[in-house]
Amino acid sequence: MKAKLVITPKKAVLDPQGKTVANALEHMGYAGVTGVRVGKYIEIDLAPGTSATDAHKALNEAALRFLSNPVIEDYRLEIVE
Amino acid sequence: MTTASVMRFAILQFPASNCDQDCVHALRVLGSQAKLVWHKDTSLGEVDAVIVPGGFSYGDALRCGAIARFSPVMQAVSRFADNGGLVLGICNGFQILCEAGLLPGALIRNRDLRFHCEQVFLKTANFETPFTSEVRRDGVPIRIPIAHGEGCYFADAPTLDRLQAQRQILWQYCDASGAVTEAANPNGSVLNIAGIANERFNVAGLMPHPDRAVEGILGTEDGRGILNSMILALESRRASAVAVA
Repeated sequence: MKAKLVITPKKAVLDPQGKTVANALEHMGYAGVTGVRVGKYIEIDLAPGTSATDAHKALNEAALRFLSNPVIEDYRLEIVE
Repeated sequence: MTTASVMRFAILQFPASNCDQDCVHALRVLGSQAKLVWHKDTSLGEVDAVIVPGGFSYGDALRCGAIARFSPVMQAVSRFADNGGLVLGICNGFQILCEAGLLPGALIRNRDLRFHCEQVFLKTANFETPFTSEVRRDGVPIRIPIAHGEGCYFADAPTLDRLQAQRQILWQYCDASGAVTEAANPNGSVLNIAGIANERFNVAGLMPHPDRAVEGILGTEDGRGILNSMILALESRRASAVAVA
């Protein structure tokens, strides 16, 4: 069982990495790219038999308190078997 | 005035702090006492002020300051700040105070993705605080070094409005003439913000290093004004016998 957390910079936040990657894609000839946001991916292993609801609740809290910074980042949490 | 009494500073020490000794040295040069307080300590002891120094606490894992803010000593710092104690965060210390919610906003990657290690000019935007009262007021900007890769200050629009309305912006990056320009902004900070204070003006943070600017041999003594402001504020507090727990 795993938790997958995708963290991205908020729209209003400057993302120089994303901008640099977008420029590079354009120079490489990949047309149609209108924006790139570079974020983080965190994978958390969970003990077998953990309740998905409990894990979701606990990790949601951890994501808000620690794993992401709500001032600058959004996150998406997913629990998978 | 009871200025003969020496002010006692606690300098926090996290794994990978690297300006802790600089802070101790700078404060001793200015005639204060300074002691190191380990991040696992749950008490600050008998001190008058706290400095959260620069460095790369916990190797900047996850986000700068994100792990340090959960150190046991930070709970003591929060209590100290809640009781009105003076707390200054420098560089990584500023990042830690933002992560801890003791200061609003956050510090993100420099706009040009580069680490900046250079002297910068700062305009002091509010002189009526315990961190700025002794900074020169003749319109000449102070010159202090920066050394960071994640010093781009960000806060959302309502927070910035509040910071401006309440005069919580203490320092802004400027050019040699004191003009706050885009070209003088080393890292992309909104409104050229180099340092801010909380609403009560007892907690402040800045990316530049006053601790590296108290002796002429290092090129500038302009950091003295900032640290001396804290010392003077503490002296007047003690003189008026206001106890800070």
